[in-house]
Amino acid sequence: MKHILAVLWKQIKDTFKNKEILIQFVMFPVLTLIMENVVEMEGMPEQFFTNLFGVMFIGMAPLTSMASIISEEKEKNTLRALMMSNVKPVEYLVGVGFYNWYICMLGACVIGFAGGHTGAAFGKFIFIMGIGILVSILIGAAIGTWSKTQMMATSLTVPVMLVFSFMPMLSMFSEGIEKVARITYSQQIHSLIYQLDVIDSVAEPAAVIVVNMVLAIILFIYAYRRSGLE
Amino acid sequence: MDKVVQIKDIKQQFGDKTVLDNISMDIEKGEILGLLGPSGAGKTTLIKILTGQLKPTCGTAAVFGKDSSALTGEDYSRIGMMMDNFGLYDRMSCYDNLLFFAKLYGIPKQRITEALKRVGLLEAKKTAASNLSKGMRSRLLLARVLMAEPQILFLDEPTSGLDPATTEEIHKVILGEKQKGVTIFLTTHNMVEAEKLCDHIALLNDGKIVEYGEPKELCRRYNHQKRILVHLYNGMDVELEQDRESMDLLTQYWEQEAIETIHSTEPNLETVFMELTGRKFE
Repeated sequence: MKHILAVLWKQIKDTFKNKEILIQFVMFPVLTLIMENVVEMEGMPEQFFTNLFGVMFIGMAPLTSMASIISEEKEKNTLRALMMSNVKPVEYLVGVGFYNWYICMLGACVIGFAGGHTGAAFGKFIFIMGIGILVSILIGAAIGTWSKTQMMATSLTVPVMLVFSFMPMLSMFSEGIEKVARITYSQQIHSLIYQLDVIDSVAEPAAVIVVNMVLAIILFIYAYRRSGLE
Repeated sequence: MDKVVQIKDIKQQFGDKTVLDNISMDIEKGEILGLLGPSGAGKTTLIKILTGQLKPTCGTAAVFGKDSSALTGEDYSRIGMMMDNFGLYDRMSCYDNLLFFAKLYGIPKQRITEALKRVGLLEAKKTAASNLSKGMRSRLLLARVLMAEPQILFLDEPTSGLDPATTEEIHKVILGEKQKGVTIFLTTHNMVEAEKLCDHIALLNDGKIVEYGEPKELCRRYNHQKRILVHLYNGMDVELEQDRESMDLLTQYWEQEAIETIHSTEPNLETVFMELTGRKFE
């Protein structure tokens, strides 16, 4: 626990100095706040920007920050120093993962607040966002672990991030894309938060999200066995 | 004396390449052992084996009497490592870099200030690691290691590429640790550093230890010439054999107060290494 808390402290300390990561955490919540309060168009669905940016936030922030943090530590050999200081890989990953999840959840709260969600709807929104953030963190951890350098992590993260964050938006314009997007957790999260008040069936979204999560875990285990954390 | 490190018949191969070949030696408590050799001789590989970062192809390495590949967290808390490839958190200040590791080790905060003071970085404690010079970074890495008060230190080229003043400061810190009874395993390709700091030296070339001993004793062992070089005030250089005739001549110079400098011709570690391997330190 001591090691997890120390890693958490280090991440929090680093957040305000790591502008690349900070932008990821702040950008979509701020954009949602602005767009929901400024843009009003006839025929535009309620909480349009909240739902759209919420899913984009899930697909981008936790994924890129997790991959970036791990790969940077690998590239700069700070992770090796940690491992030689008796920090176990699981302690490091839990520390960094929890930090990411916590910060992203704060962002999700801002997005939910900007969308005007209150009471049970706010709770549901946060719960669904939390699950999506968790899957993204697992994917980000797999990419960060696989990559030897930050450059490599960025090259891998960008296409993955684009798929998961933009597919829900594109699927609004194309049925074909929507059919494909249904197998991604981000699309299912989008569907769930879109019909927050009247969620008719959670079976399909839950199944897809669980499968995505299991695949992310398998991917992470494979990356860890191949590259380790050093 | 307690043997803190025991190395027996270590062999390390990467594919077809043999990086270490039947290395055996012991390090006693409170001793500084210098592993001296050119770049690529296998020095860092041996440190990696001793610190459990690498499993040897064959042979055994033990630290505190325990196989190095089976070292536990408790063992690591007694081991300090300053490796060239261990990084710093660039965006964090010197103090915060140490505070993070203090939290990991569970050591009191006042040791951070003490460690920074010892390496001369107290005034730079709020400076981000990214703004430090190479010498300051090395000193911060050393402070991180010293803060945990280890019983054994593994220092991989601790002064490589540093200016003489920083090198001197690091040497003082290393000798201070030795006085406290810390066992130190040092790799270097700087023969002056090795002569100055080390109780014993192992010369490593192409993965093999070609010579081992105390630095001065080693130099004496390879003193084949046994000549005396005299520089006189009149500008003349005289090279003398160590015999009766030379003694008479030297006495004569002395009586005339003609001697400006006088030196014996025993080799230094570099010439010993050259004689043994036919190559220079690089």
